[in-house]
Amino acid sequence: MSAVTAKNLWKEYGDDVVLENINLHVPAGEFVTIVGASGCGKSTFLRMLLGEETQTRGQLLLGDAPMPSEPGPDRGVVFQKYSVFPHLTALKNVMVADELASARLTGRLFGGARRRARERAMEMLQAVGLDHAADKYPSELSGGMQQRLAIAQALMKDPKVLLLDEPFGALDPGIRKDMHALILDLWQRRGLTVFMVTHDLQEGFTLGSRLLVFDKVRHDPQAPGAYGANITYDIPLQRQSAELYDEVRERVGAAEQELLKENAR
Amino acid sequence: MKRIINQTPNRPTGLALGLLPFVLVLLVYMVASAARLAENPNDPLLPSLSAMAEAFQRLATEPSRRTGELVLWVDTAASLTRLGLGVLISMGMGLVVGIFTGLIPYVRRAFSPFVTVLSMIPPLAVLPILFIAFGVGELAKVVLIIFGIAPFIMRDVQQRVEELPTEQLVKAQTLGASTWQIMLRVVLPQVFPRLLDATRLALGSAWLFLIASEAIAATEGLGYRIFLVRRYLDMETILPYVAWITLLAFLVDILLRLINRYCFPWYGGRRS
Repeated sequence: MSAVTAKNLWKEYGDDVVLENINLHVPAGEFVTIVGASGCGKSTFLRMLLGEETQTRGQLLLGDAPMPSEPGPDRGVVFQKYSVFPHLTALKNVMVADELASARLTGRLFGGARRRARERAMEMLQAVGLDHAADKYPSELSGGMQQRLAIAQALMKDPKVLLLDEPFGALDPGIRKDMHALILDLWQRRGLTVFMVTHDLQEGFTLGSRLLVFDKVRHDPQAPGAYGANITYDIPLQRQSAELYDEVRERVGAAEQELLKENAR
Repeated sequence: MKRIINQTPNRPTGLALGLLPFVLVLLVYMVASAARLAENPNDPLLPSLSAMAEAFQRLATEPSRRTGELVLWVDTAASLTRLGLGVLISMGMGLVVGIFTGLIPYVRRAFSPFVTVLSMIPPLAVLPILFIAFGVGELAKVVLIIFGIAPFIMRDVQQRVEELPTEQLVKAQTLGASTWQIMLRVVLPQVFPRLLDATRLALGSAWLFLIASEAIAATEGLGYRIFLVRRYLDMETILPYVAWITLLAFLVDILLRLINRYCFPWYGGRRS
């Protein structure tokens, strides 16, 4: 089953071509990382997946249907910042998804329905390791915790596709490692299709199951906007599961240890 | 020696520095007043502090000979009612119009230029129109306050709504929120503390419009009293009244600050 398909996709702003003839087929369950220089259209592509932008030519399909022209609950998103609501505690940030779905008029739940939403939200907070901070406001959380919260919030709607726009770009390297482990775990267990835009090439190469590189192939110095970016590399990262990855890493690690020992002798 | 921009006073010094201008003004006044009164004990321009305190106490505790009312409290109640009504209605209008123009592009295109032009009309210039249209009763005074501050609050709230990060609105949509739910759960709670801030800023103008309209046509009110006794050069009443109005304005400001601090704990935390 395909999650996202692009056929001869173009995106232009007036005379400026941003994306040029993109063809892409992403089956459900892939973890696609997207890298590229600034201004190469990778964020534009993500915004098109989100429904914030629409293509000027070609087709973009979500499943088998055209991509909706506005954001919706079938595509979850985590931005680098401003992803969570500052006026709600962590728990309420996660609960709000169920409240919006069940109470169309007031957006609030009461009584038993509220208790159930609360329990579900607590479970989700536990899954991302934030259950101890349920009653804190986002401003009281560290950057990593805020991103955990944003992920928990996005997963409440069980989206088919999860879009990550440089989600760990502002985090310390150590925290970033933890976040990688978390997102890989969630991806495996929930069978998500993930698109992640990143600036960090290392992250792009190691995290996902497939790496896309966006780049401009042709340049016209007289008219910088004349040509758009295309997908210049589409690299399958042969990693079927996190277990396999761990296995490989352990073996490689063990081999390295052996090597070190031998060298020491 | 550190640069002066790097030198900060400690707490007691800071407090003393803050009080210094008040004390200086008071001293200058007392000296000037004493000098004038020494020359002419009946001089009305700079009454002594004790004379003012006496006058204030009389207004606050002794029924007026003419109407049998406690003048200060009647004036205060009348003025605060007008001010409160005008400010509350302005806040309501500002919140509703500001949220709709800030969030919905069609409404913004339709009303935003109109509100901008409306806010440029000097309110005092239309005061005669208000008196003609609404009579010289309470309505015209309340409408003047609304006319004076509602457009400002509308524009401020609109701007605060537009300042909300797009990411939040997108996020809400990916959680399945409708436009109405976004207004109710994302925009309204975040804009409310900002509405109180805008109101605090608008209160100065609100007092101005209140006193102006009371000065022109009223039968009671703080502004009315000041302009009434002006004819008799009754500084013993005017000066304490000005101080009283200042105190009231100060207290309202503090009240709004406290509401913001205790009702929206996330708000201050985000700014710091």
